[in-house]
Amino acid sequence: MGLEQFKNRNVGTQNYTMVDAGHSPQGAMCQFKQVVKRTFKGELFVGLWVTMRSMIKALFANDMHTVKYPLEKLPISPRYRAIHDMLRLLESGHYRCIGCGLCEKICISNCIAMDTRYDENQRKEVSEYTINFGRCIFCGYCAEVCPELAIVHGPRYENASQQRAGFSLFEDMLTPIDKLNLQQEYDGFGAVSPNADENIKQTPLAY
Amino acid sequence: MSEVQTVDNMISITIDGIEYKAKEGEYILNAARANDVFIPAICYLTRCSPTLACRICLVEADGKQVYACNAKVKEGMEVVTSTENILTERRAIMEVYDVNHPLQCGVCDKSGECELQNYTLELAVDSQSYMIPDTKRETTNWSSVLHYDPGLCIVCERCTTVCKDMIGDAAITTAKRGGAELDKSYKESMPKDAYSMWNKLQKSVIAPSNGTGETNCSDCGECIAVCPVGALASRDFVYQSNAWDLKRVPAVAAHSSDGAQIYYEVKPTSITDRTEKIYRVTNEWNYVSLDGSARFAYDFQNTTASKDKAAFDAAIEAFKKAETIRFNAMITNEEAMMLQTLKEKMGVKLYNPEVKAFQTFLNHYEAASGNSLWTTDPDAIMKKSDFVISIGAALRNDSPAMKYAFNNVQKLNKGAGLYFHPVGDTLIPTFGKTVEVFTHKVGHEELALYLVLDLFADKEKLPEDVKEYIDSFKKTETKTIKEKEVKTVKEMVLNEETGEEEEVSKKVTEMVDKEITVTTNGLVDLLGGDASKFDAAFEKMMKKKEHFSMMLGEDLYYHEKAENIAKLVALVEATCDMDVVMTPPKSNALGVALICDLDDAQSGYTIGYNENGDFRLSALGDGDLDMPALNQQEGTLCNIGKRLLPTNAAVEYNGYELNDLMKVLVGAPELTIDWTAMLPTDRGFKAIAFDDLTNSFDNDGSDNRGYRLETSNVETDLPEVEKCDESALLEGEIAYRCNPARQFNDFTDKSHEIFEAFALYASTEKAEALGNKVEVVFDNGSITLDVLADEKITGDIVKVPDFKAAKGVYDLFGGSRYKTVTLRKV
Ligand code: SF4
Ligand code: SF4
Ligand code: SF4
Ligand code: SF4
Ligand code: FES
Repeated sequence: MGLEQFKNRNVGTQNYTMVDAGHSPQGAMCQFKQVVKRTFKGELFVGLWVTMRSMIKALFANDMHTVKYPLEKLPISPRYRAIHDMLRLLESGHYRCIGCGLCEKICISNCIAMDTRYDENQRKEVSEYTINFGRCIFCGYCAEVCPELAIVHGPRYENASQQRAGFSLFEDMLTPIDKLNLQQEYDGFGAVSPNADENIKQTPLAY
Repeated sequence: MSEVQTVDNMISITIDGIEYKAKEGEYILNAARANDVFIPAICYLTRCSPTLACRICLVEADGKQVYACNAKVKEGMEVVTSTENILTERRAIMEVYDVNHPLQCGVCDKSGECELQNYTLELAVDSQSYMIPDTKRETTNWSSVLHYDPGLCIVCERCTTVCKDMIGDAAITTAKRGGAELDKSYKESMPKDAYSMWNKLQKSVIAPSNGTGETNCSDCGECIAVCPVGALASRDFVYQSNAWDLKRVPAVAAHSSDGAQIYYEVKPTSITDRTEKIYRVTNEWNYVSLDGSARFAYDFQNTTASKDKAAFDAAIEAFKKAETIRFNAMITNEEAMMLQTLKEKMGVKLYNPEVKAFQTFLNHYEAASGNSLWTTDPDAIMKKSDFVISIGAALRNDSPAMKYAFNNVQKLNKGAGLYFHPVGDTLIPTFGKTVEVFTHKVGHEELALYLVLDLFADKEKLPEDVKEYIDSFKKTETKTIKEKEVKTVKEMVLNEETGEEEEVSKKVTEMVDKEITVTTNGLVDLLGGDASKFDAAFEKMMKKKEHFSMMLGEDLYYHEKAENIAKLVALVEATCDMDVVMTPPKSNALGVALICDLDDAQSGYTIGYNENGDFRLSALGDGDLDMPALNQQEGTLCNIGKRLLPTNAAVEYNGYELNDLMKVLVGAPELTIDWTAMLPTDRGFKAIAFDDLTNSFDNDGSDNRGYRLETSNVETDLPEVEKCDESALLEGEIAYRCNPARQFNDFTDKSHEIFEAFALYASTEKAEALGNKVEVVFDNGSITLDVLADEKITGDIVKVPDFKAAKGVYDLFGGSRYKTVTLRKV
């Protein structure tokens, strides 16, 4: 793809289609007439009544249409992509991440970094893991590529902060070990499809 | 002899219907590779012998199924790379390799650069038809650097092959796996080649060949490099980084004079420290083999440097009053050129004890032979020589490239070899059946060359006095020996059937005395050989030999009779149809020898560049002004192959460079690499800018890195040589200036994956006799060292390393590599 179209900034020669937006009153008399007409139509009280009715219902009938954010939050779709979580294995409690580095490689904004080492049990240990949320675009590639369903997008979408850079470390994202029973399985990007079993062939085993 | 470019006989073959040119006698696989045609192959290693472990390289040649890696091309041969049967075999082979292979690609250090993965995908293996119970195989460490995970190993035997055919240590071999037997039914149901490959695979793993758990080898790490899967890794690198995260910086190995091609592989140190660090060194292992220093001595950069203006000003002052600049071979051509410029413009002396002797030797050689440089190189030797002679080099320690070539010739070219050295070595005789080792006296190097003249020279061409001298060693004796003789005796025997006497002849062996004349070659005996056996052995060695090469080492440059030796070498070349290679002692000794006009001694106020001095420039971070180490700068180096090679900066450097000093002192171009095109053309350099230098290998293995130095050749008369001066013989306790393999200088020592200690190395018996620590007393000083046993050394000579400049070992040895010393237990 060439860059020509980006460089063509001569907006004046393009064709615009005008939308029919009616016409506004001409002259002071016409404007005055419109104000009077709108004021005495009674629509104002219709609107006030709607509000009043809802207020009464909310106050006395406990029937409310809004959510008391931030005390209450709406459930979000599993496909929503918010701040990442690092999941643990349910049986052993060990973190799922094997340190393969695929998330680090695929990350389109290059905001994942990790350190690994050979540990005492001859395993690859993830000694540190970090995501720079100032750069993350929440594309979901990392969750999709992860072979272990270790890195997933969690439901935490409040990212407002006072500075642009914001790092999460491994321990920030890992399910706290005492909350392991509350850990939610992830159904979003990269999760196993419901018919996965149909798509794989069995490997013969000599046992 | 001048360098003859052998034009190989080219023949034509067709591969899959397309016509290609190939070298006669080449393997089909290599011919295909040279022509950019792909044939699957796992176990074959270029420059090593085919092992037929994988059998995936099956092709059809003239209608017959053959293995491309061990079938040679013939004129007009028609090769088909895949038929239906071949594809079935290949697919079955890959399925077999995948049986029980751990599914841990996600953490494997190969991180996708895996030939098992590649071929599994290439042959579209999407299901498995075979099975066998797995065997537990434990991960082990074979040495301070080698890490082996037999679970991942596919027993392609590349590691064992390279160690035997190239490195020469033969430190690893296939061992029993103790795996389950294959199901009998597979024999019928499976493709033939896949079955036999599996049968062998299921029986073996790789293990150190000495039967212990430790390889006790030269720790070159070449086995790691050739492993197609993640089974072999450097202990330090295990689970450190994915290959794709590492940036490859093409460079030249800095320490030995091999000038081996390497890549420094760098990435940020850690999440918190984003400065780039070198994680490992890799190489184009199909075309070049590294030694331990090239692969493991990589993190010697100067990290502490900063632009310290006060130190810089002090350095300028120091240079202004300096009488001598002392430096060594760890320097680029560009920097050597700068120092030479300082000499020309400011009149300082250039003192370099590491290179001076070599330079003088080269000059003597040039005067005697008319050749500006030696006439062959290790690569050429591996390609065509079938007889190699090494004189004056501790092959295992001095020059890895020469060791590899010496060994490779034995293994691949059905070669023979003569090894002359005063320090006995147990490894070299194992290189081949026709390797003769002469453990001669220190000072008999000239005799070794006379023996070469005797054995190889065209006697017509030899000057009379030389002939006479050689003949003076020969003794003719008459000896009486007992010999078997078969006689036919006639006898009269009574035939029992007929009752008649018949004449019957019978054969009887008898021992009879016989007089013979024997000529014993006294030279052989003098050199520590056995003259009575040598003639027969030599006759065997000479069978079907065509290309002869001689390797010369550092001992000769430091020899008291260096000039005569250089003349003898010239005489060998002129009369023996033999080419010669000389190993520059360490790093860029050749570049320095060509560029700098070196002085004999230092005097007055001395600036030491990585050496001792009154003001020290140092890339080790311990001097008065910091300098960049060789992995922190761009520049060029010259190697044993007579090439100028470009190297690049792998890690960051924040201080001043020599060029900055030059700018102030005498004026200099903007960048260090601006000097590259200004290197002296009359010494063989070319006026090519650094950025225009090429840096690659071709598919057929030809080396296009940098350029080959121009060499000149002038017709000269035969040199007048002197007889061997027996008075130069050393007697008594002898110390030899020689580093342990993998150690070359302070920089190798600084690297964290080099473990060889600064100690006295001796044979096991000698070490036992010496105890733990000795003081080595020279005429002009002494040094106290720990004693370490090297089981590959034999004899009484002890090795004293010189890799720590601050220890002043060069000064202790003076202008020589051997010294009589007193060893005092401490
Ligand atoms: S969501 Fe996208 S941008 Fe953010 S860390 Fe994952 S891959 Fe990178
Ligand atoms: S992709 Fe998953 S398993 Fe791999 S490093 Fe990232 S989080 Fe860990
Ligand atoms: S360790 Fe590697 S190179 Fe050696 S046999 Fe096993 S797979 Fe081949
Ligand atoms: S490190 Fe070198 S010498 Fe040792 S086993 Fe490997 S290839 Fe052989
Ligand atoms: S490459 Fe030819 S048998 Fe393995």
